[in-house]
Amino acid sequence: MSGISRRNWLVGGFAAAAGGAVAVKMAARYGLLPPDASGIYGPGTALTYAANRILVGNSPAREFSRSQISKPFVNGDPPKEATFQKLQSNGFLDWRLQVDGMVSRPATYSLADLKALPARSQITHLACEEGWSYISEWTGVPLAHVLSNAGLPPQARYVAYQSIQKDWSDFIDIAEALHPQTLIAYGLNGGDLPVGNGGPLRLRVPRQLGYKSVKYITRITVTDRMPKFAGDYSWYAGI
Amino acid sequence: MVRITHWLTVMCFLALLVSGIEILLSHPRFYWGEVGNVGMAPLFTLPLPASRALVPTGYQFVLPDQNGWSRSLHFEAAWAVGLTGLAYVLSSLLGGHFRRNLLPGRDHLSLPSLSRSIAAHLKFQRPPESEAWSYNVLQRIAYTAVVFGLFPLAIWTGLAMSPAVAAGFPAIVATLGGQQSARTIHFFVMILLVLFVAVHVAMVILAGFGNRMRAMITGTVEDGKEQS
Repeated sequence: MSGISRRNWLVGGFAAAAGGAVAVKMAARYGLLPPDASGIYGPGTALTYAANRILVGNSPAREFSRSQISKPFVNGDPPKEATFQKLQSNGFLDWRLQVDGMVSRPATYSLADLKALPARSQITHLACEEGWSYISEWTGVPLAHVLSNAGLPPQARYVAYQSIQKDWSDFIDIAEALHPQTLIAYGLNGGDLPVGNGGPLRLRVPRQLGYKSVKYITRITVTDRMPKFAGDYSWYAGI
Repeated sequence: MVRITHWLTVMCFLALLVSGIEILLSHPRFYWGEVGNVGMAPLFTLPLPASRALVPTGYQFVLPDQNGWSRSLHFEAAWAVGLTGLAYVLSSLLGGHFRRNLLPGRDHLSLPSLSRSIAAHLKFQRPPESEAWSYNVLQRIAYTAVVFGLFPLAIWTGLAMSPAVAAGFPAIVATLGGQQSARTIHFFVMILLVLFVAVHVAMVILAGFGNRMRAMITGTVEDGKEQS
């Protein structure tokens, strides 16, 4: 390799590194860096998140016709927690969803409270990262509605949600949380949401893979900083 | 540029293959259309054990779940190979590599030229060193199919499996007949790419592994005298 071409490679390498640093700064400023952007898989997940935020934006998830509804697949056993079974034995009458964090009006909802709010139904595709999928009609309250009732401050950046199953929690960015198709779902295919599919309450995030749609949710927390993310899978699952 | 992008692609391909097989093991069943799950009849099932207990495979054991790093590696390698491919295509367009070396010309595709090349391949003839600087017609056809056929199709079917991409660009999925169809086609593209790599490596060995590897790494060809 001649000296000139070696110099070209060096200059090119420095230019690429400088360009990369500037790109990361810009991405951070415009909220395009996901919370798992560090580490060896950081570049891949950061590119995926930024590309989707820029190119897909708020486009709605595909909605299907009734004839395309398939039998819902039940993935896994119902929660083993005694608290869950006690609530279930009473028809979930005492199930509560707590909305807190940096909101001006923290609130607690029963299922009846949620069902009294404006409902939305949508026939969407649920795809699991494992490779299987089904299409069904989900009914619930748009998360955006509950958040606006609670009073969302302008600096809110993430919405975290917790399952009654201690190990299951997750969070989404504010754009996904305010998306009209992001539902606090209580109904499936015209009936109550079965326990096998996450009933009585499941967060449905149809523009991301199934693992973001956490089942059996009891708490929703608004925050301005990134919650700790210890997931195995990439945080952003629009992929 | 051709050589650098070639070796970057080799690394990415290995990463994508290993992580892709690992992801596939969580559900080694394939479907057609939009939906598919164990409650439905599959198009076909691979005779493999699964890494998920809920998938019926006929095996009495469940493999360990390795999807965490596999998925992260798969998407990172996909970005890397996509950007590498872009660099290769741009530099080859600008530098004339496609026109000069890759695309088969009219004289290549004539019947005598084709049959001569096929006959030489069938006899497993070692190509003369005079061919060391150019691709023969079968090489041109195979490489063109990989660069402009399989490679874009792998990206297309991969993107079609993404719920966010499907939201932003529904035609990417609709043209394939659904997200499960995309997954099934993605699998067959992988099979074809593995077959290509197998034949490609076999041909490199036939043509003289040491010389060909040296050529692809350093860009120089030894004078035809010492053929190890």
